[in-house]
Order: sequence, then structure tokens, then C-alpha cells
Amino acid sequence: MKPIQIELVQQWLDKFINQTVYIHVETTNGAYASHLDEKAYNVGAYVRNVQITYNQAKIVGEGNAYRVGLKTNNGWIYAEGLTDWTIHEGSKILLAGHDREGRLMVALQISETPFDY
Amino acid sequence: MEKHVVVILPHPDDESFGSAGSIAEFRSQGIPVTYLCGTLGEMGRNMGNPPFANRETLPEIRKQELKKACDVLDMNLQMLGYRDKTIEFEDRTEVANHLQHILEEIKPSLVITHYPGYAVHPDHNALGAAAIQAVEQMEEDHRPVVWAQAFARGFQEKLGDPDVINDVEAYFETKMDAILCHQSQAGGIIGDLKDYKALGADVLQEAKTRFGKETFYIWKFQ
Repeated sequence: MKPIQIELVQQWLDKFINQTVYIHVETTNGAYASHLDEKAYNVGAYVRNVQITYNQAKIVGEGNAYRVGLKTNNGWIYAEGLTDWTIHEGSKILLAGHDREGRLMVALQISETPFDY
Repeated sequence: MEKHVVVILPHPDDESFGSAGSIAEFRSQGIPVTYLCGTLGEMGRNMGNPPFANRETLPEIRKQELKKACDVLDMNLQMLGYRDKTIEFEDRTEVANHLQHILEEIKPSLVITHYPGYAVHPDHNALGAAAIQAVEQMEEDHRPVVWAQAFARGFQEKLGDPDVINDVEAYFETKMDAILCHQSQAGGIIGDLKDYKALGADVLQEAKTRFGKETFYIWKFQ
């Protein structure tokens, strides 16, 4: 992945407007958080290959961390702390936020075809 | 002497961190070892440091790392095809039946797995429980011995002293080489030990103390 280029990401988000797309949204601080630090909490969530249609999309932020909001007819999808992006297999946009050790903290991915299992 | 050892753990790298020394020792005695690896660690958050993997490329990268580690440890590999972080939500008996079927084909004399409830990661606890259920479902005189590995905080106070304490310092280099196959998981401990061959004597000794012993509880079936 490479650091987010806001204009290019915006163009890709716009491409999927009003199409049925598959979404992967995720946040995690690792399964060992409270094992390594008794005072820490294990938190995380992921949603994979849920189909949605959004009618509006925007990437916002400056410097090295960005937020993306997707507006649907009935609600929103939102991710914060995104730092890097890539296009996977020519057609899927992957956005992720990594910490300084390169660990994934948050991800938002959009594709017209399902992600692998 | 064991006839065949089957290792049942959920993630690529669990075998190297937890049991590589014992595996290397079994192999040095000519005992076949088969790893039933539950998932491909698809949801791992380590992507390499600096990152070279992403959420979609990680499974294939970890599969290759797993194969390399199994080559280093000279053991057979069967991938079970579950998805990382979901094993506890699968039907326990279905997973147990799946494992039982494989165990009845391999007919191991020993199974190594995680100690349910004392292995920190939910996948560890769930696959350990399913493995033990699988063995329990087998006819008593066909059951392999089960070694269960615990490492949750305070496990020893709750479970007592481990039954098996394997001093595997003689296989330290093989164990390190196996761990280092899992390059995407670099960072943290692997990052610190990447150049273990060049480490000072003190640090090397510390690593040997940390990785030089592998402990297990012998599961007591009712």
C-alpha cells in the first residue's frame, strides 16, 4: 500500500456511486491487547462482503490520516484513521490505517465483486 | 516412542512459537509430525514492518510462510480452511467431527493443541476445545494422548505445574528459523530477534530462556 492520495481516492470512491458494491470494514487492536497489558481492552469489529449501495462518498483529512464517509439511502458507513491505499486486482479499492509498527488498525474496502471468502 | 504426532493449532506461526522445539525433537527421532493448521491468519493485524501485505494479500503470504516453516520443521501440513477469528462461532461439534475424521486417518499417538480457556486468543481456545472433543469422541483404546498448551496470565496458579516440560534449547536455532519464516508477522518479538545470530550473548541467553522450554499439560479425559 502507499500513502493516501486524496484526489485519486476520491475519484475511485465516486466510481462506485449508485452501484451495488461489497464492503469490508474493520477495526482491531489485536487479540493480545489485554494479554500484553492488563489495563487494555480487546476491541474490534469486522463486516465482510456485505452488499450496499451508496449515493454519496467523501474522503476528508489532511497530513497522514483520513476519514471516509459513504452515505446510503438509509444510513452511513464511516472509517477514521486511514493512512494508506491500493487498488487490488485492478478493481477493488483498499484503504487502511496502520500504526507506527505497520500494524493494521482500521480498514475500509469496496469492490463490485465479493472479496475472497 | 511416539508413532505419529499431530499438531492442531489455528494460526500460521502458532506452531513455531509454541511447539517448534518439541516438533524438531520428534523429527530428529524420525517420528512423523503433521500440522493441522486451522486458518491462514487472514485477519492478522501485522502486515510486515514496514508493511508489505494488505488485508487481501495476507492470506496467500501467510500460506507461503506457513509452508516454509513446515519445511524448516520437516513436518507435513494440512490446512483446515477455517477463517481467522471465527472458529469460536463455528459449531463446535462440526469442527470436532472434522478433526476426528482426520485423526482417525492419521492415527497419531500424540496430539498437541491449546489448552481451552487458557490460551488467550479465542481461536486458540475454540480449536483446542474442538480438538479435545474430537479425541474424546474416539473409542477409548484408539485415543491419542493430548498435550495442551496454556499461556494465559496466571495459568500456572490455576492449573498447577505443567506435566511436560520440554527443554528444547538444543533445537533453538531450528525454532528461531521456523519463527523467522513468518516474516509478515515481523515486528514485536520477531523484529527484536530478526538478527538473532548476531545478538550479544546476554540477549541470546534471554531469548533461549524465553523460547528454550515448551510446556504442556496432559489432558485428563473423564
